Amino acid sequence: MTIWALVWKSLRQHALSTCVTALCVSLAAGLLMSVWCIDAQSQAAFTGINAGFEAVLGARGSKLQLVLNAIFHLESSPGNLAWSDYVEIQKNPNVALAVPLAVGDNYRGYRLVGTTPEFFDKSQYAAGKRFKVAPGGRFFDPTLREAVVGNFVARRLGLKPGDTFHPYHGLVFDEKNQHSETYLVVGVLDPSNTPADRVIWIPLEGVQKMTGHDPKAAEDISAVLVKLKGGSALAGFQMDTMYNRQGNRLTFAWPIGQVIAGLFDKLGWFDRVLTLVCYLVAVVAAGSILAAIYNSINERRREIAILRALGARRATVFAAILLEAAAISALGACVGFAIYGFIMMTASELIRVQTGVVLEIFKFDSVLLWAPGLLIALGALAGAVPACRAYRIEVAENLAPIS
Amino acid sequence: MPLLEISQLKKSFTGPDGAEHQIIDVKYFTLASKAQTALQGESGSGKTTFLHLIAGILRPDSGNVLIAGEEMSALKEARRDRLRASTIGYIFQNFNLLQGYTCLENLLLAMSFGRGVNRGFAEALLKRVGMAERLHHYPRQLSTGQQQRVAVARALANRPKLVLADEPTGNLDHRNGRAALALIRQTCHENNAALLIVSHDPEALSQFEHVQQFTQINQTFPKEVAA
Repeated sequence: MTIWALVWKSLRQHALSTCVTALCVSLAAGLLMSVWCIDAQSQAAFTGINAGFEAVLGARGSKLQLVLNAIFHLESSPGNLAWSDYVEIQKNPNVALAVPLAVGDNYRGYRLVGTTPEFFDKSQYAAGKRFKVAPGGRFFDPTLREAVVGNFVARRLGLKPGDTFHPYHGLVFDEKNQHSETYLVVGVLDPSNTPADRVIWIPLEGVQKMTGHDPKAAEDISAVLVKLKGGSALAGFQMDTMYNRQGNRLTFAWPIGQVIAGLFDKLGWFDRVLTLVCYLVAVVAAGSILAAIYNSINERRREIAILRALGARRATVFAAILLEAAAISALGACVGFAIYGFIMMTASELIRVQTGVVLEIFKFDSVLLWAPGLLIALGALAGAVPACRAYRIEVAENLAPIS
Repeated sequence: MPLLEISQLKKSFTGPDGAEHQIIDVKYFTLASKAQTALQGESGSGKTTFLHLIAGILRPDSGNVLIAGEEMSALKEARRDRLRASTIGYIFQNFNLLQGYTCLENLLLAMSFGRGVNRGFAEALLKRVGMAERLHHYPRQLSTGQQQRVAVARALANRPKLVLADEPTGNLDHRNGRAALALIRQTCHENNAALLIVSHDPEALSQFEHVQQFTQINQTFPKEVAA
């Protein structure tokens, strides 16, 4: 019934300002934790996604565009490469597996990617994980007009085995550009939480020989996914030199994770700005605690004088005000976890919809400890100013009236 | 040895004009253990300042305040606070109850600064002053007389050796004032506490055997007027 009681009573007596200031702190906590976690988790998720391959071979152009197109199924293809290029890299002694991809069509905005069955059979999209088709389905027959639908697309469009659809030309959905071919859905992929979930997979020849496509490019492909023997760094280096430095017709994007990491490096300033904004919000929140308690000290002068007259020491009053500020921060930090959860769920869903990549929103990160700790310490520090004011209150002057 | 012994006690304040105004100049004053004494004085005569000096709320410019063998005026502030909490009960003119705390909590909080929380004793005290049905009421929910009773109970919460009462009937009508004084005297007597009461009201103090004029012990009055 001493300091904690004083703190609790004061918080209750000033419930409105307590709630408002705690809300400021919670926003700061929620923003700081979520910005930090989204940055860390998206970097980890995006740099870790490679569909089980180490490199991508494509037309001369940006490595990033090549990776985004072939691995993340974003962006347009930088251009086509000839079938012979695929055959050549397939024969390279450093290459364990080469899988061709062809893009250029969509179904209701979701892109169709042509590939060979090896993409599903011989590759693991993550350690120990292979693409699987949900019960009741199967992978497509490369000689038929069959499709395997990514899990996200299947849920969004309601596609299931036995359904048929007409592809549309281009990567952007336009009803006028419908192809005449009809494809039969033969399977739906189990969720992989990778960009493969956002794609409709069809045989390579399906894209190459779709009606309306340039017959001269019927043998062309968009990219080749490359798995090196033993993941050899030396092999990657040799091929990087061969295609990117000695050659001038093709681009060899290797290693995939590093290409994506380069993107995050380029966007690093944006992260830093966001983090800075979060810190500023935290400082503003601490300022609001300072202002709220400091202003309340005026109306609490008599109460503090009474406490002192009853025997409370100056140090007790100082500690009570300091704890009150820390308690408001702690309350805000707790609510901040709810805001963090909300932001993470929203951001995670947006990222999943846009890229197919799923963030682990409940994965532990040290920011979940230090950010609330930092805010509580900042709040307590802000409380030191009004605490000093309370400390200096003279009892006799504030115990009116005097007879 | 008296419970309270005051000698050569002086206190001045700086007025708005920058001049020093001496408010208290008490050569000698004593109060025996368990004794009950009333001081009568005009408003502004320095009675509250005198009680504040005894309670250690104010530091004298010079002189001594000896309470239960401890020299209050020589102690550091934190020690004075502790001595006040454990040895002195103070009934303020306007009660000074903490508005955000219930009757019981007002007592428990006072106890926490003194000899430690004793919920049973706090409840017993409130029952003794007729507030058994109002333990969990807030001061704003009480009449003036009821607030006075809670203030009396709070003053006794730490089993003090000395109770100081500053104009305890100032906010009460005549009948309630007499009843309040009687209650203060009785409860102090029951708890073996000495009582020093200051008031301007001769009618209220008529029930005391020992009533002293404050001007007789405070040499400054009426030369200076309290701030």
